[in-house]
Amino acid sequence: MPIILNHVDYIYSGDTSLAVHALKDVNLVIPDGQFIGLIGHTGSGKSTLVQHLNGLIKPTGGNIYFNGEDIHAEDYNKKKLRSKVGLVFQYPEHQLFEIDVFTDVCFGPKNLGLSRQETELRAYAALKQVGLEDEYFYQSPFDLSGGQKRRVAIAGVLAMKPDVLILDEPTAGLDPKGRDEILDQIAKLKKETGITVILVSHSMEDVAKYVERIIVMNKGSVMYDDTPKEVFKHYRELEEVGLAAPQVTYIMQALHRNGLPVHTDATTIEEAKEAILRALKK
Amino acid sequence: MGIIKTEKLVFEYIRRDEEGNVEGITRAVDEVDLDVKQGDFVAILGHNGSGKSTLAKHINAILYPTEGTVWVDGMDTQDEKDLWNIRQEAGMVFQNPDNQIIGQVVEEDVGFGPENMGVPTEEIWERVKESLKAVGMYEYRKFSPNKLSGGQKQRVSIAGVIAMHPKCIILDEPTAMLDPNGRKEVVRAVRALNDVEGITVVLITHYMEEIIHADKVFVMDKGKIAMQGTPREIFSQVEKLKELRLDVPQVTLLAYELQKSGLDLPDGILTVDELTKALTEIYGAAGPIV
Repeated sequence: MPIILNHVDYIYSGDTSLAVHALKDVNLVIPDGQFIGLIGHTGSGKSTLVQHLNGLIKPTGGNIYFNGEDIHAEDYNKKKLRSKVGLVFQYPEHQLFEIDVFTDVCFGPKNLGLSRQETELRAYAALKQVGLEDEYFYQSPFDLSGGQKRRVAIAGVLAMKPDVLILDEPTAGLDPKGRDEILDQIAKLKKETGITVILVSHSMEDVAKYVERIIVMNKGSVMYDDTPKEVFKHYRELEEVGLAAPQVTYIMQALHRNGLPVHTDATTIEEAKEAILRALKK
Repeated sequence: MGIIKTEKLVFEYIRRDEEGNVEGITRAVDEVDLDVKQGDFVAILGHNGSGKSTLAKHINAILYPTEGTVWVDGMDTQDEKDLWNIRQEAGMVFQNPDNQIIGQVVEEDVGFGPENMGVPTEEIWERVKESLKAVGMYEYRKFSPNKLSGGQKQRVSIAGVIAMHPKCIILDEPTAMLDPNGRKEVVRAVRALNDVEGITVVLITHYMEEIIHADKVFVMDKGKIAMQGTPREIFSQVEKLKELRLDVPQVTLLAYELQKSGLDLPDGILTVDELTKALTEIYGAAGPIV
């Protein structure tokens, strides 16, 4: 179920003197099954953009189509849209509230009006998808570690069986291992179910490692929209807008400047290692 | 004795169930001995739940030891008469910039600390000015904090602490919520405080690249200090850090992987320059084949 953004504009407080043009003529096609990274400095419009994708914000100009239908058409079922486009906010564990993990994850599907049996089956499957062990299911979500809480919160969205999963900085505040665990789990989920994943991140290393397409936002516009390799070639331009390339990109650039004949387009450790070994063997 | 010293510091808290009955006791900090010299830049690493924040909160007397002692500049944190002196000498900066800013205008926010200490008005303005300059935020002094980026807000928080003229500053994951640029700004400001003003820094972080310039690194696990040493000594132990749910900077990891593939590289490479130098030497020795 592709999402299409057609000339989307959004202005905050439009009729006042404090108007902010948060999105400017954004045109994007998000086809099924892609793993997309969305990057941009604080205030670049990333969060405003993702809130448009499930209809939480209505554009002040342009249209958004989900599966070919305009989501702001008069008779469009927004509730259904929100179950199909799942949005996991930053620090989603702050939204946990039920007495135990399992009941918390049931909240979403229950509100879709599903039967109790279906609700519980979905909650169980979702908790398995995020890799949470059975022993935690009947514990209070507040007794879990930071990484576990975050998985529960993500499971709460997955239990709605979305076609598109949007995660706004899912690894903020987690330790390095916790970051890898969450992202590995999401990559696995993506591979197994073919779900579309949009990852909003401030970690260029993570984005380089996991996604196949990067959308760079700057001042409300799409600045780049390409594969990680192509996007990170513009590392100087990225720095100018408050971003950066993964550290390996800088390593390869430095090696190249010093006369080592390496390709400079490596964006992950694995690629960099191969490129360096290849250059040294010659 | 150093500016911060702990001896056999233990902190336990009691877990209770919903009715308030005691379920058990968790030892969050377990016999930690720490000695930080005046003017040092110290980093504390550790996975979520390893006890590093709990330890940090002992340094400015937000928490008190269950057992053992903490001294800040020679003052025992459990000595009530020194409480305000300790809070003034050891300032703390937290993760979320939005939770730490109270003023309507940047300069008022920075003046809040010294004002509460009873500093004369003229001197407050002097301190506000120098603190904002120290973190590179002076030109924003008339701004409303909510118009600033995360990195800028965090630098204002830091200015608010240094306006109290502390001898040391403890930063608990100050960059966790920032974008790459914001992280760079904050780390640069903190390093400048340490280099130029000589303020002792204790930095807690999950970003390994931020601490390669530290004088000393402590790694915590299960409330204990599991490793300590210079960044080079710590980051040479890639496998051990991974066991402790941590990581090394990307450049260190790449060097480590190349080492495993048979390249003769030194242990614990920390910067792009070091790796470039080591690799060009190897390449130069083999001689470029034209």
